[in-house]
Amino acid sequence: MSEAADNSKASPVIRVVGLTKRFGGRTVLEGVDLEIYPGETMIIMGGSGTGKSTLLNMIIGSDFPDEGYVELLGRNLNELSEAELNALRLQFGILFQSGALFSSMTVGENVALPLREHTNLDEETIDIVVKIKLELVGLREAEDLMPAELSGGMRKRAGLARATALDPKILFYDEPSAGLDPVTSAEIDQLITALSRKLGVTSVVVTHEMDSAFRIADRIAMLDAGRIIKVGPRSEFEALRDGPPTGDERLDLIRQFLRGDSEGPITARRLSCGYEQDILRAAGGN
Amino acid sequence: MSGRARQRGLVEAVGAALISAVCYLGGMTLLLGQTLRWIVRGLAGRKTRLGGEALAAQCVRVGVRSVGIVALVQIFIGVILALQMTPPLKPWGQVDKIANIIGVAGFRMLGPIITAVVLSGFAGASIAAELGAMVGAEEIKALEAMALNPVRYLVVPRVLATVLMTVLLTVVADWMIAVGGYLASVVALGPDVYYGYWERMRTQLRLRDFLTGLVMAGVFGVLISIIACHEGLRVRGDAESVGRATTMTVVYSIVGIIVAACIFTVIFYVLKL
Repeated sequence: MSEAADNSKASPVIRVVGLTKRFGGRTVLEGVDLEIYPGETMIIMGGSGTGKSTLLNMIIGSDFPDEGYVELLGRNLNELSEAELNALRLQFGILFQSGALFSSMTVGENVALPLREHTNLDEETIDIVVKIKLELVGLREAEDLMPAELSGGMRKRAGLARATALDPKILFYDEPSAGLDPVTSAEIDQLITALSRKLGVTSVVVTHEMDSAFRIADRIAMLDAGRIIKVGPRSEFEALRDGPPTGDERLDLIRQFLRGDSEGPITARRLSCGYEQDILRAAGGN
Repeated sequence: MSGRARQRGLVEAVGAALISAVCYLGGMTLLLGQTLRWIVRGLAGRKTRLGGEALAAQCVRVGVRSVGIVALVQIFIGVILALQMTPPLKPWGQVDKIANIIGVAGFRMLGPIITAVVLSGFAGASIAAELGAMVGAEEIKALEAMALNPVRYLVVPRVLATVLMTVLLTVVADWMIAVGGYLASVVALGPDVYYGYWERMRTQLRLRDFLTGLVMAGVFGVLISIIACHEGLRVRGDAESVGRATTMTVVYSIVGIIVAACIFTVIFYVLKL
């Protein structure tokens, strides 16, 4: 956390400015601003359907906003050509929810793929790099296995080894603990922390798992209904979780989410969506 | 009033269907264009590898595995042709012409067309299902994130392999139809038909009969693979849409093959090829 404080003076590696995205008539993101600094681990947190994945897609340049822009490593993604975007893509790695390993290749070939395609290294060197990357995620013995032979946790490790193959400056994680048991999930969290320390990368993690978020975060950004309602260091969120209700609806909403309570502003909002009017209208219609 | 409203609804429905058809064909054309661009770049050798390994793997999957079934189907086609032509030719004392007819029909049309139909089920459906599953497993997104173009990396080897294998299998298929006809003659039709069978087929057939068939086979291969890749990459996550992609691949491929065959036949007829 102290790192995050130091870095606030440095220029951000990722700047999200006024990002708005609509699908059909529905606004999924509305004027999102976010700055992520070198070396920090930022958690983007929020319930299902709050726009987390959409935001991640736009930060990694696989989708484009209707308004606003994303600046990644100083480049505005809206203004890049496909070739420039591809060059930029080599500087960040992504761990997808399912690992997204290519099922027709062994684990080792998966990790080697970006090296074979984007570097001029000879096969021997590639082999060494693959072993180093697999060792980094504790998966060296699985080099010759096919993805189908791996457990969920191992797949994510292998995906992570592949994401780090080209020594990226930023690592993105999409729901790293989705579908994992608590112990494996904790191991992956430990790995994320270890990697960001060992490699000095900036990490951006999209998740709705509170335990996981609190284990790895330097800072947390909370998304709700397409807006970021709070960004702050982990300690602020911890204080909110452990403290009494504040009376401020926005903060209580975050508090409910952090604590996983079944009663609070989030559920109240769902319940108050005109149930009575609906019934009355239905009755009146007949 | 309601009649006019219904009319408008009909016009809108026809319009919507037309627009979606145009969009679909446009998407396919775009994919074909990108594929050709990557193939040209690969041949020009500007640091773009076409991936010989991937191509070989796809050839095995598309072609080698379907040799048996193509041969079997085509032998039966030959048998059917020979048996069905005997009654109308017999009163005219022309049963010996069965060899000539099987040669022309087989090499010009039935060889390529039946091979392509078999491959649309064999290769097309499996390509669509495979790519669809890859979309679901985020593999396509992962490729893009690694700055690897999915068209270059997945579509190009599949299209090349399908075209190559459709042409090669058609060569096999042509001969199998002839063999089927011969077998039927030997077993059921008697010496009038089988005596001099190969000789008559040889004098009847011109090189162009064989080559026009292969040209068609190549185009069928492009149709099948582009339709399959387009359908596969259009899949959006859920399992149902993978099923839909495989079904539509087979349906559109067969329609496309027949329409293309008709267009080719008209062109060849007009050009006297």
